Amino acid sequence: MSKATEKFIAIQTGVSAGGEEWQRLRKRAVMIKSHTLDNLDHYLEQFASNVEHSGGRVCWAHDAEEANRYICDLARTRGVRLAVKSKSMMSEEIDLNHALAMAGVEAVETDFGEFIAQLAGERPSHINMPIVHKSRADVADLFAAKLNVGRLEEIKDLASVARRLLRARFAAAEMGITGVNFAIAETGTIVLVENEGNIRFTTALPPVQVAVMGIEKVIPRLADLEVFLKLLPRSASGQKITAGVSLLTGIKRAPHEEGPREFHVIILDNGRTGILADPQLRESLHCIRCGACLNVCPVYRKIGGHAYGWVYPGPIGAVLTPILIGREKSADLPFASSLCGACRDVCPVKINLPEMLLHLRTQIKERPAAKVDPPARTGSHSPRTFGQLLANRAERAAFKLWAAVMKDARRYRRAARLARLAQLTLGGGKRRGVFSILLSRWTTSHIPPLAPQPFSSWWRELSDPDERRPER
Amino acid sequence: MQVSLFVTCLVNQISPQVGVATVEFLKRIGVGVTFNAEQTCCGQPAYNAGYHREACEVARGTLRLFERELDSSDYVVVPSGSCVAMIRKCYPKLFSADAAECARAERVAGRVLELTEFLVRVLRVEPSGGSFGGRVTYHDSCHLLRELGVANEPRTLLSSMQGAEFVEMDRADVCCGFGGTFSVKFPELSTALAEEKLASIERTRADAVVACDTGCLMHLAGELNRRGSPVRCLHIAEVLNAQPETDESRD
Repeated sequence: MSKATEKFIAIQTGVSAGGEEWQRLRKRAVMIKSHTLDNLDHYLEQFASNVEHSGGRVCWAHDAEEANRYICDLARTRGVRLAVKSKSMMSEEIDLNHALAMAGVEAVETDFGEFIAQLAGERPSHINMPIVHKSRADVADLFAAKLNVGRLEEIKDLASVARRLLRARFAAAEMGITGVNFAIAETGTIVLVENEGNIRFTTALPPVQVAVMGIEKVIPRLADLEVFLKLLPRSASGQKITAGVSLLTGIKRAPHEEGPREFHVIILDNGRTGILADPQLRESLHCIRCGACLNVCPVYRKIGGHAYGWVYPGPIGAVLTPILIGREKSADLPFASSLCGACRDVCPVKINLPEMLLHLRTQIKERPAAKVDPPARTGSHSPRTFGQLLANRAERAAFKLWAAVMKDARRYRRAARLARLAQLTLGGGKRRGVFSILLSRWTTSHIPPLAPQPFSSWWRELSDPDERRPER
Repeated sequence: MQVSLFVTCLVNQISPQVGVATVEFLKRIGVGVTFNAEQTCCGQPAYNAGYHREACEVARGTLRLFERELDSSDYVVVPSGSCVAMIRKCYPKLFSADAAECARAERVAGRVLELTEFLVRVLRVEPSGGSFGGRVTYHDSCHLLRELGVANEPRTLLSSMQGAEFVEMDRADVCCGFGGTFSVKFPELSTALAEEKLASIERTRADAVVACDTGCLMHLAGELNRRGSPVRCLHIAEVLNAQPETDESRD
């Protein structure tokens, strides 16, 4: 992750050099997204209608189960044994590959990073750099072990192996599955950005095309695309534009010579209408999945993506995961942040992530009994243990005590005197802080000792050095 | 010019020398300073931990205190970016349920200033007239930088100190890892972030790292002490107040 951090910083530097033009783009993007969310039903219906007019079919999926059932039924009735996939975080969210495998369909990831992750049996650890947690040596080892090739040191040789393998798959696959970067309501077009060319192959060769998208991916008009095509590549990878941008509409129909035989779009809710309904969290649906918040996050840079326990890592993940899989199942995530705000600064669509994390913290603390029905698959988070429940109770009591002390100046002064006494007596020879002593059971963190006298004593001396005061 | 000092709970109890330096420096440049001993805390620890009700109870008292002080003082000055961010940005949200209280919070917000904000933007102090020997570097505290937009002010003040050699560290704006309750809940992560920051500091070969927030300084000092490092952690007030004859400036 340290090496990756260098790359992240380089991308971030590029973004912050954008100046006023960048701020203007961000503002416009927020306006477009905000307007779209305010009229989401209208734009989704317009999109769906235009997909159908261009010969495609739409599946409105409430959750993962419905989406996977549609896709697996489709595969079964079309005799699909092999599907090629381009990178889609939504497909991770619904665990599509697993569902397809159960239905006897082999789904091959064609994005180089996803291909490697799939080979390793791992989830991607970043939204658009799936194996940022792996070194070249890791990949070389993996290929040598799983692909019957000698150990290759050079990236271009590793890529070459993957290319040969994937070319064969592209040619043989009966189905191509993609995500959607943007869905244009005006024309029923899906937009996909890439650097590797795998999306071109995935969408150009197999006769049956499937695109999975969340309801928040829709934007009103073709003209609106420009703003996002300027924001996404620069935020994601420091590029002005990606190597490939595909605008795909419908099926092969006269007079056009090109297009798939079938085109299916799965429009997924999977908990998003719930997010839409919450005014404090709604803006998280502006997210264009650029990954910039991950790149700047000091926590993400330290712990990497897998530590977040589910599909989406980083700050956006810390917001989406509790909402989509349930707060009680991922109660740690909103707290695993120092709220530094770097993510908010860099977000191309100005999502106030720290504010949302704070909001989730309040929800978790103030409504511990709230049962949130998780629509999405459970991540690798376990429910609270008894010890954790006890710790939560203790924390609540501690803050209640804190408030009782802090709202009364006299109580506060008395408590401070008591704490100093405790520090003297309990600390023994070592100069250990009273809070360190008290909390040492629960934390290894170091909290410094209280100063021998508080500032308020100094001030009192200063104001009236001669007054004799009894020690209260 | 008359100001009321909100010294902050961390400075009051753990780093009183920062409060002392603040008062001495302000008085030296001709600012009248008062201190209301009824002050306790801005409420941030509970707010960040998700306990808004408890935060509200404490903040309410602090808001009243500010209102009283602002009757006889021009500004409330605070040697902490995170406390001012709490007061200016979060109090209106905290009191949003009550329109009158919210309005009171907004009225107060404009007159509660962080120390360097006050010195540079209001008093336009320059040069600071102090003297500090040695090489210093500066750490941007997150709330001060991103919530209050204060970045140039402390640097301007430090660069104008006689005898001080100001060096910019790499990644100065990256979080030190304190984050209040974050450091208690995730101590290993918090320490790991401090180590990154210390590496940046070491690369400058500075004698001291300066910041405007005691939370950051406490956190970094803890890690530096553990390593037995001679690098000092100083609040900007301590540096500004340093005089040629005193210990702080001698190196």
